Amino acid sequence: MNALTKPSLLPWAPEHGREAMPAAAPPTGTRPEWGAWLLLPARFAWRQLRAERARLLSAMAGVMFAVLLVFMQLGFRSALFDSAMQLLSVMNAELFLINPQSPAVTQPEPLPRARAYQALAVPGVTHAVPIYLAQAGWRNPRDGSRQTIQLIGFDPDSRAIRADGLDGLAPALRRIDAVAFDTLSRPEYGDIPALFAERGPFEVQVDNRMVELVGLVTIGPSFAADGNLMMSEVNFRRILRERQPSNTDLVAIRLRPGTDVAAAQRRLRSIMPPDAIVLTHAELMARERHYWETATPIGFIFAFGSAMGLIVGMVIVYQILFSDISNHLREYATLKAIGYATGYLARVVMAASLILAVMGFVPGLVLCVLLYEVVAGATFMPLTMTIGRAALVFVLVFGMCAAAGLLAMRKLRDADPADMF
Amino acid sequence: MDPIHVGRLNHAYGDGELRRTVLRDVSLTVQAGEVVLLTGPSGSGKTTLLTLIGALRGVQDGSCQVLGRELIGAAEGERVALRRRIGFIFQNHNLLGFLTARQNVAMALEIDPVMPEGERMARAGAMLAAVGLAGHEERTPAHLSGGQRQRVSIARALVAGPGLVLADEPTAALDRVSGGEVAHLLRDMAKSRGTPILMVTHDPRILGIADRVVAMEDGRAVAAAAP
Ligand SMILES: Nc1ncnc2c1ncn2[C@@H]1O[C@H](COP(=O)(O)OP(=O)(O)OP(=O)(O)O)[C@@H](O)[C@H]1O
Ligand SMILES: [Mg+2]
Repeated sequence: MNALTKPSLLPWAPEHGREAMPAAAPPTGTRPEWGAWLLLPARFAWRQLRAERARLLSAMAGVMFAVLLVFMQLGFRSALFDSAMQLLSVMNAELFLINPQSPAVTQPEPLPRARAYQALAVPGVTHAVPIYLAQAGWRNPRDGSRQTIQLIGFDPDSRAIRADGLDGLAPALRRIDAVAFDTLSRPEYGDIPALFAERGPFEVQVDNRMVELVGLVTIGPSFAADGNLMMSEVNFRRILRERQPSNTDLVAIRLRPGTDVAAAQRRLRSIMPPDAIVLTHAELMARERHYWETATPIGFIFAFGSAMGLIVGMVIVYQILFSDISNHLREYATLKAIGYATGYLARVVMAASLILAVMGFVPGLVLCVLLYEVVAGATFMPLTMTIGRAALVFVLVFGMCAAAGLLAMRKLRDADPADMF
Repeated sequence: MDPIHVGRLNHAYGDGELRRTVLRDVSLTVQAGEVVLLTGPSGSGKTTLLTLIGALRGVQDGSCQVLGRELIGAAEGERVALRRRIGFIFQNHNLLGFLTARQNVAMALEIDPVMPEGERMARAGAMLAAVGLAGHEERTPAHLSGGQRQRVSIARALVAGPGLVLADEPTAALDRVSGGEVAHLLRDMAKSRGTPILMVTHDPRILGIADRVVAMEDGRAVAAAAP
């Protein structure tokens, strides 16, 4: 025979002889490792990702980009909606009257003031407060520039609006040409809180009238108004002389404590002519939000922006996974040749995409919390991170990466084990 | 039952006008524990035959029984299952570059997710020691020589205790000395386990390891020669 029977004579025999050889036995498990079905491919994916730092970092950056974009879009969107609701949310009344033709409170159609007196006839109604809204020109007392500001006129003793600082100001606001300034108004109005702290009450020009700024209240700017001035009904009409005194914009109805709101609403409905609808506070808020969400392109713009972020992120992740598979086709084919089923490789790709989702999301979230603060500081918009939004974005980005993984997976078919030899 | 029993096997690539028959009536048997070398000129169909026996490609015509399974008409799932019982050694080591030697060998055990991780690692380490790579377990392929990489391949092919080893020119990328070492190591390891080997080679220097040499020419197994 030949050398095969005398292996010890072989000049090339390795130092480690047969003694060291483990007995060949088919792999038999003693205890099943639960989760191995997913954990092993995930570990494989992680090792593969980790091996190419530059690629991993660019994939993370791609996911982070999508995370940031979607967070910013959703943040702006809800900040705008929240700010559009700002004035309504400080209203302190159970029921409201509004002209059904008014698309939103800030774009009111005239509501006959007489509806407020009619409402007072309904049992349980203690106050029916006409609220007047208008935009006017504000002269910045520091540099003389002109800014549009929202005027809110109502009876300050009625407590129909609950704004910090208002309670103590009611007597002052009853004086002729007295107004209160919203401290949360944007700084373009001339840093009024500082000025007021310095000088106390001072004169400012609103449209063509000089009025006295007698105090500060806290409401917050809205999408429709960068700042607010509050005043009595009388003073409102003195500034806006062209307004029909017989019309108002909104009537806030307060009920005696313990009154059945639904019953009062039904009673009011039955007596109101068609130019007034009766809404609860929640209904009014919902109506307002519905307007901003649907009648304006805002909702669409931000949904579109979010979708763009997700699509761009998906393309980036897809690109990276795809080229990853292309570059490792031989390795994937090797795995197929030694007995790995395509399903295992598919789980590897899926795991890689989901690892990228997590690795991009976490730094993206941290960065976003910081960015929210910066942007909120610059725009005075109520931008805050909420658990709900973080969860939503995570789900979206997870889905985005999973979709990229599913698309990239098709490339696995090109790994042909028959090409291995 | 012989580990490999091929009878009147035909195989063609392409369709219609492009159709080219590359295997014609090939019959070949490899017995238990036997080391058989397949030689022949380039293009004679050696690799094609190996991919058919290795269940890497669908069998078209004839009979191809490997480890007791008839491969003609076998579904993809059956072929995958069969491949798990075969140790493959490729011309280029085809190790995964981002895994260490030990992890590469363990990949052949991970197919069976039931085996505990510790046992996989221990077996992979023992197998690496057996191929003379003790102390090199944690190196990646880039930090191993060509001969060492092929030894890792051998360890990977054998670690799960396959019923058959298929190798296609495993020494082609190696210099004379390491090529000889690798060929003999493979032969010795297989022999000690009683694992049959079917190896394609162009390398006349390693014909000595064979129990039997089968030559192929133009798609036919033309001669069965003793080395
Ligand atoms: N995937 C394929 N598609 C089409 N033709 C192929 C394919 N693979 C191989 N062939 C052809 O089949 C014939 C046999 O190829 P094969 O690779 O089996 O030969 P071989 O004996 O292994 O040659 P070598 O010694 O060069 O490796 C060759 O003519 C080759 O061109
Ligand atoms: Mg070949």
